[in-house]
Amino acid sequence: MAAPRVTSGLQRVLLMLKNVHFKLGYRIVASRKQYSTVYDPNEKTFEKILIANRGEIACRIIKTCKKMGIKTVAVHSDVDSNAVHVKMADEAVCVGPAPTSKSYLNMDAIMEAIRKTRAEAVHPGYGFLSENKEFAKRLAAEGVTFIGPDTHAIQAMGDKIESKLIAKNAKVNTIPGFDGVVKDTDQAISIAREIGYPVMIKASAGGGGKGMRIAWNDEETREGFRFSSQEAASSFGDDRLLIEKFIDNPRHIEIQVLADKHGNALWLNERECSIQRRNQKVIEEAPSTFLDPNTRKQMGEQAVSLAKAVQYSSAGTVEFLVDSQRNFYFLEMNTRLQVEHPITECITGLDLVQEMIRIAKGYKLHQKQADIPIKGWAVESRVYAEDPYKSFGLPSIGRLSQYIEPLNLTNVRVDSGIKEGSDISIYYDPMISKLVTYGSTRAEALQRMVEALDSYVIRGVTHNISLLRDILIHPRFVKGDISTKFLPEVYPDGFKGHQLSDNGRRELLATAACLYVALQLRSRRFIGNQRVSTSHKEQNRWELSLKLDKDTHAVTVFSTGSLFTVELDGKRLNVTSEWNLASALLPVTIDGTQRTMQCLSRDASGNVSLQYLGTVFKIQVLNRKAADLNKHMPEKVPEDSGSILRSPMPGSVVAVSVKPGDMVSEGQEICVIEAMKMQNSMTAARTAKVKTVHCKAGDTVAEGDILIELGMD
Amino acid sequence: MAALATLRNASSLFGGYRFIYKNLVASRSHVWDSVQPNWNLQQRWYAVSHLSVQERIDKKREAARLGGGQARIEAQHKRGKLTARERVELLLDPDTFVEYDMFVEHRCSDFGMDSAQNKYPGDSVVTGQGRINGRLVYVFSQDFTVFGGSLSGAHAQKICKIMDQAVLVGAPVIGLNDSGGARIQEGVESLAGYADIFLRNVLVSGVVPQISLIMGPCAGGAVYSPALTDFTFMVKDTSYLFITGPDVVKSVTNEDVTQEELGGAKTHTAVSGVAHRAFENDVEALLNLREFFNFLPLSNKDPAPVMECHDPSDRLVPGLDTVVPFESTKAYDMLDIIHGIADERDFFEIMPNYAKNIVVGFARMNGRTIGIVGNQPKVASGCLDINSSVKGARFVRFCDAFNIPIITFVDVPGFLPGTAQEYGGIIRHGAKLLFAFAEATVPKITIITRKAYGGAYDVMSSKHLRGDVNYAWPSAEVAVMGAKGAVQIIFRGKENQAEAEAEYVETFANPFPAAVRGFVDDIIQPSSTRMRICRDLEVLVNKCQTNPWKKHANIPL
Repeated sequence: MAAPRVTSGLQRVLLMLKNVHFKLGYRIVASRKQYSTVYDPNEKTFEKILIANRGEIACRIIKTCKKMGIKTVAVHSDVDSNAVHVKMADEAVCVGPAPTSKSYLNMDAIMEAIRKTRAEAVHPGYGFLSENKEFAKRLAAEGVTFIGPDTHAIQAMGDKIESKLIAKNAKVNTIPGFDGVVKDTDQAISIAREIGYPVMIKASAGGGGKGMRIAWNDEETREGFRFSSQEAASSFGDDRLLIEKFIDNPRHIEIQVLADKHGNALWLNERECSIQRRNQKVIEEAPSTFLDPNTRKQMGEQAVSLAKAVQYSSAGTVEFLVDSQRNFYFLEMNTRLQVEHPITECITGLDLVQEMIRIAKGYKLHQKQADIPIKGWAVESRVYAEDPYKSFGLPSIGRLSQYIEPLNLTNVRVDSGIKEGSDISIYYDPMISKLVTYGSTRAEALQRMVEALDSYVIRGVTHNISLLRDILIHPRFVKGDISTKFLPEVYPDGFKGHQLSDNGRRELLATAACLYVALQLRSRRFIGNQRVSTSHKEQNRWELSLKLDKDTHAVTVFSTGSLFTVELDGKRLNVTSEWNLASALLPVTIDGTQRTMQCLSRDASGNVSLQYLGTVFKIQVLNRKAADLNKHMPEKVPEDSGSILRSPMPGSVVAVSVKPGDMVSEGQEICVIEAMKMQNSMTAARTAKVKTVHCKAGDTVAEGDILIELGMD
Repeated sequence: MAALATLRNASSLFGGYRFIYKNLVASRSHVWDSVQPNWNLQQRWYAVSHLSVQERIDKKREAARLGGGQARIEAQHKRGKLTARERVELLLDPDTFVEYDMFVEHRCSDFGMDSAQNKYPGDSVVTGQGRINGRLVYVFSQDFTVFGGSLSGAHAQKICKIMDQAVLVGAPVIGLNDSGGARIQEGVESLAGYADIFLRNVLVSGVVPQISLIMGPCAGGAVYSPALTDFTFMVKDTSYLFITGPDVVKSVTNEDVTQEELGGAKTHTAVSGVAHRAFENDVEALLNLREFFNFLPLSNKDPAPVMECHDPSDRLVPGLDTVVPFESTKAYDMLDIIHGIADERDFFEIMPNYAKNIVVGFARMNGRTIGIVGNQPKVASGCLDINSSVKGARFVRFCDAFNIPIITFVDVPGFLPGTAQEYGGIIRHGAKLLFAFAEATVPKITIITRKAYGGAYDVMSSKHLRGDVNYAWPSAEVAVMGAKGAVQIIFRGKENQAEAEAEYVETFANPFPAAVRGFVDDIIQPSSTRMRICRDLEVLVNKCQTNPWKKHANIPL
C-alpha cells in the first residue's frame, strides 16, 4: 500500500470518515491511536456547529464534527478566505478584515454569522473567544449552545485571586504565601518559617520576577526583607510584600479533566509541559516521566474536586507547578480545550472534542475513572514559523513554498491548518502545526518524533525544527530531567543550532560532497542527440574542497554508480543514496547509518544548504581548482551592522523614540516593533548620532528592512 | 622577470624564421655561420636542429602561458581577478581546452613595438575550443597582463578565427572580456580588428549562441562586441562597461561620476539594462556560466537540450491554487508560480534587477529547456512599459532563434500610461514585444493567471499571435480594461455605478468570454499547470511553422 505523499486535509478527513464508518481498519490515516472513540450514530446531536476560530484548531474541530455527522460553519477574516479550515467547513462566513480584533474577536460579526447560518452551537477552540464570559453570555441569550463550561466557571477560574481561593476551599494544594504589610524582620521570619523554606520575597507591586529574592534560611530572609521593603517603598510607594513558597526547578504539569452537566468528572492523566520559552510551551508529553501513580492520583483527584467545586462541565485543564520533591501546587485552570490536547487523546483513546460536544448537548460521560488508561507514550512538538536563533523563537512570516507533512510515517499525527501555498501572516499565531508522535514506550515516541522532524518539509518560512530536534536528543531531556528553566539552562547563550560532533561533521561534509558529485554527474547527462563528447570518460574521482563555517576541508570522492566513497580527515566513508535531485528529502546511508537530510538550496557557485539533525548548515563545495583560485577572490566587505538597525522580524512599528540628529547611547531603545502580539524593543548597538530614521509609528516592516541608520560619530 | 627577459631575447633571435623545414635549416646554418664559425659545432647543430625547434616551441609555449609575466599575473590576482588562462580552465571541463594561435604575435612596428620585449606569443588573448559538461564551445579570453588586454590586429584575428570555426561546426562562442580597449600603437589596424569582430558578431547572431562575460574593463568601441552578443554578464566590483570613462565624462559634461557608477555591474544590471546578470567574483561568474550554458542549444540547428530529470512531469503543485489573491488589486509574486512549475524549482533569471515588472529566464520542464516570460504583479502591477517590453522582446527573440519553447504567464493590467512613456516611445518599444511574440515559431504556451487587459492581452503570446496552447486559470479576467474604467465609458451617466460595475465584473472578470470564443483552449486548475505544460511540450516537440520568405523582417527598432 503506497502511502499518499501529500493528502490534503479534506482528503484525510474523507479517508478517516470512510475508515470510521466502514471499519475497514486499514490506513486510518494518522488516527488509530489518537481518537478511537466510536461515535454512536443513534445519539442525537447538534445539526450544525459554528467554529469561532481559525487554523489548526478549527480544522481539528471540523474533523470530529464530520465524524459525528454535524454540519460545520467556519468563520474567517478576509485574508483567510482561502484557508484550510474555510475549505473544510460546509459553510464559511467572512467576519471582517485581518486584525483579530476586527474578525475573530468581533463578537457582533460572529453573532451575526451564527444567526445567518442558524448554527445551534459554537465551539470556540482555544484563544480568541474561548474564555470570554461575555461571549458565552451572548450566546446563551440567543439560545445558542457554547461548547465549553458555563459562564460561572469561566468567570471564577478567569480571576487569579478568586480561582486560588476556590482551589484552597476545594482542598487543592496552593502555593503557600503571604501578601500584605510585614511589620518587621521578625514577622518576616515567622511567616517564612510557617511557609517553609525556600521562600521568595518581593514587593507586591513589582511585576513578574522583578526584585525577587530567594531565601533559604532566616538570615537570607532578614536580608531579603530589608531590600524588598526598601524597594517596595521607594520604587512603588506601596509597602506590601509578597512572601511565597519558592519552587525550585519547577515543572509545569497539568491535568486534563472532563466533566459533564450531571456532576460526573474524570481526570484524564497529566501532560508534562515543562519545556517552555517565555511561558510558551514548546514540547509536551503525556504521561510525565516524573509522576508516580500516587502523585498522579492525588493531582487528578484534586483537579476533579476543583472542577466539581465550580460545577465545571466540558473539558478543562488544571495546571500545577511541581517541585523537585513532587510537591505540587495549583497554578490556574484553563476553561477550554488546550493546544496540547492531542497527546492526552493519544494515551487515553478519547476524542476530547467529541466529548465536549456530547457534554454540551447534555449527555452523561460514558466512562468511569477506572476506564481511563495510560496507553503508551505521546509527544507533541509545536512547529512554529519562527527563528529559534533569536531568543528561542521570534516570529517569521512568508509563503509556504513547499510543505509536506511526515504522514508517511506511522504513529504520527499532524494537526495543522495550513497547506502548501498558505501564507503565514503577521496577523495570527505563527504556529505551523502540532506534530504528535506516539509509541508504546517513551523512547519509541521520541525516536519517531526525531524521524518525523527530519522528514518534515517546510520551505518558505523560517521554522523551529532545529530547536525542537535538538531538545529531543539532549541527554537531559532523554533522561526526563527537565524543568521550566530547561531552555535557559541548556542554552545559556541562546540556541545556536545543533553543535556538530566530529562524526556528525564528517557525515555532513561527506553528504554535501556526494551531492555535489551527483549534481555534476547529472549535469552532463543530456538526453537524445546533444553532441556530447563521447571520447571523454565519466569522471570517477573528485578532488573537492568544502568550506563549513571558517574551516576548509579537503575531500576526495570516488564514484561508482550510486555508491560514493568519501575520503576526508583521514577517514573513509561509504555514502549511498538514490540521489533524487528533485526530492525535497535527501535520504542517505552513511556507513550503514540512515539519515534523512534535506537540501534547502544549492547554486552554481557551489553553495548548498543542508538540513542535518534539524539544523541548516551552509557549505560551499568547490572542486580543488576552483578552490585554489578562489583565494584570489576579494573578500566582500559586509555592511557595517553596527550602524544599521534592521527589523529582526516582520511586524509593525509601535513607537520610534529618536529623530535624526539625536545622540543615542549603546543599548538605548530606539524603536519598538510589534509582531504577533509581542513587542520587541530595538536598541542601539553603539553610541552614535542618529543619521536617518526610515520608519515611523504605524509602519509595517518586513524582516531585514532598515529601521534606523546611525552616523559614524 | 630576468628569466622572462632572457626568454624574450632568445625568441626574438629566431624572430623572422620560416617554419618550412628546408628553409629553416638552410637559413639557420647561414646565420649560425656568421655567429659561430666553428664547423664542428655547426655539424652538431645540424644533427640536433630538430630538437632545437622543439626547444623553441616549448619556450614559446611557456612564454605564452605566462602571458605578461609573473609580476603582472600577481597584479591581476591582487585586483581580485584571475588570469585569462585560469578563467578558461575554470570555465571548461578539465583537460578539454584546445588552444589555437598560441604563436601568433602582433605585427606592429611603430613606437618600438617590434622590440623583443614587446612581443608576446599569443598576444593579448587566449583562444580555442573546449567542452562544458561535454558539449563543444569556442572561447576567447582577453589577457589583461599583456598590454592591458588591448586589442591588436592579431588579437582580433585570433578571435575572428574561432568565431568562424564556431559557425562552421555550430557551437557557441563565449568571450571573456578584460581589455583596456584598442591598441593605440596599432591605430586603424586595431579599429579594423574591432570591426571584423563586430561583423562576425552580427553574422553569427542567431546562428550560434554568443555570450560575453565582462571580467575587467571594456571601454570605448570595444563595448559593442558584448552589446551585439546574446547575453552579457558582468563581475561585480571588477568589471566596467562604458563608451567613455569618468575623465572624459567630466571634461565633456562636467559630471562627476565614478567608474562604478558610470559603468559598473550595478548600473548595467539595474539601470541601463546593458548587462543581463552580475556575479560576485570571477570564480562564481565562471561556475554560473557553466550552469547557464547547459540551458542553451549549441546552434540554431540543434533542438533545445533535454537533461536527465528527476522531477515528475505530472507533479501537481497545490500551492498554485492559492497563489493568486482573491482581491484583484492585491499583488503576488510571479516567481512563486515559476518556481512551482519549473523542474526542481530551478530558474535562471535573466535581468533580475532591470524592468522588474516582467520576469524572463530559463528553466526546464521534464528536462527540456524552456524560456519563461511572465508579468510580475509585484512590481508596478506587472504593467508593460518601455523597458519591460524591450527586455521581454529580446528574450523572446533569443528563444525563437534557438528553438527554445516559450511559456508565458500573463497578469497584465495594460501598458503604462503617461507622458514619460509616450514621449519615450512606448508605441514603438511596445511594438517590439508584439513583434517578437508574433514572429516566433517555436512552441508557445500561454497561461493567463489573472488580468489580461487591453492591447497587452494581445501582445502577451495570445492565441491571435499563434499561441499553440493558451490556458486560463479560473482567476483569469480577459477584457479591454478593468471594471472601473469600463463602467465609466459604457454606463456614462448611469446613477448606480456600483451596480454597473458589478454587472461588468460578472460579465467580464472571468475566463468565460475568452473561453467561449476559443481564445483560450481550456480553463485549468492552477495546480495542474506543470502537468499540462509538460504534456503540451511533448506534443509540440515536432512543431514546424515557417514565416513567409523575406530577406529579414523589419522589427520596429
